[in-house]
Amino acid sequence: MAPFTPGFLGRDRSADTTLPPGQYLTHDFPVLSAGPTPRIPLDRWEFTVMTEAGVVRRWSWAELLALPSETPTVDLHCVTKWSKLSTDWEGVSLDTLLGDVDTAADYALVRSYGGYTTNLPLEDLLDGKAWIAYRYDGEELPSEHGGPARLLIPHLYLWKSAKWVRGIELLIEDEPGFWESLGYHNYGDPWREQRYQGD
Amino acid sequence: MDTRTETASARTLVLDVPGWPGHLAGQHVDVRLTAADGYTAQRSYSIASPADGDHLELLVQLVPGGEVSPYLVEGFSIGDAVEIRGPIGGWFVWNPATSGEPVLLVGGGSGIAPLMAMVRARRAAASRTPFRLVYSVRAPDQVIYADELVRQSADGLDVTLVHTRLAPPGSTRPAGRIGVEDLGRPTGSAPDCFVCGPTGFVESVADMLVGLGHDPARIRTERFGPSGG
Repeated sequence: MAPFTPGFLGRDRSADTTLPPGQYLTHDFPVLSAGPTPRIPLDRWEFTVMTEAGVVRRWSWAELLALPSETPTVDLHCVTKWSKLSTDWEGVSLDTLLGDVDTAADYALVRSYGGYTTNLPLEDLLDGKAWIAYRYDGEELPSEHGGPARLLIPHLYLWKSAKWVRGIELLIEDEPGFWESLGYHNYGDPWREQRYQGD
Repeated sequence: MDTRTETASARTLVLDVPGWPGHLAGQHVDVRLTAADGYTAQRSYSIASPADGDHLELLVQLVPGGEVSPYLVEGFSIGDAVEIRGPIGGWFVWNPATSGEPVLLVGGGSGIAPLMAMVRARRAAASRTPFRLVYSVRAPDQVIYADELVRQSADGLDVTLVHTRLAPPGSTRPAGRIGVEDLGRPTGSAPDCFVCGPTGFVESVADMLVGLGHDPARIRTERFGPSGG
């Protein structure tokens, strides 16, 4: 156990049972990103899935909105220590988008407008665990929070929920994304506190 | 460890970290505090000093009602031990050994900290890389590192102070939010841009830089929200 910090009391911990280790509760919605916010006109927006064989499926904005949507209420956990509980989203399940894609891939590399990338096992995108989300709290998703659409994958730290998502590549071999190449954990499970490499 | 008061609400923690592996200007650390019952709280703080052996300086801005910063600003005593993890972050960094491009730093409030590490790394490396710092503060008494910035100006650092609420007497620029005229268009050799501050500030400055013709791929941002406490 770490040495005590003399005189440090910390916050009231009576309501902490719902937070992963090392997280604190916030009620606002902080913004974190590595560069300027990309602005993508909806008539030029598209979302693609490319298989390991190079087969590409595309959805325009209108085509995405025409797909059946879900309205998950989920908790968000950011590696910078804040957590926000019971957030309301609307989007298309990755089960819907990947359902009839023919692939033997085990990994996915998510690409965003603006150049951001993040990687994760393909199975983490399936079985009701991930969405392409385009509405937040009953409104269109604001650009600083990843609009027009972002990946939402709440069981991993929030950097995996790529903002301004433009596509997913399905890969046989894992390929580290942006933060995963800069010292952050490759998987990022907040309940196991996988913040940085070596955790 | 030692401390220095920078402004009424900001304090520098000077830490001696045996075995510190070194860091790049712009990186941060996680500070972990442990209460007597084993409860821990962690926050990230930017390193304000360049790599210098086991010596680290962190800037802590008081977040009223926060859990960690009031303790670090008001409760911490010289000699107290604190747990540090890092360095963290490999994107918002400037390395004098590998970068020869001009640099534009834009900081808001305590967002000056990682930018100051870059300014200090430039001096430590005796680099001639052109540096321009645009530093937005509410009022003259909020300028962190004021004396050092004056000294560095003599060393080729171009400093522009932007006062948002209260301008100093005799200032030619009225108090007001940072604008495109404070930032300037890229001319000649376009700079690498580093923007750090509160979310609204960073969002606004990064948008202005893109609008002025700076390449989005050369604008790196670091943000902190009001909940960073």
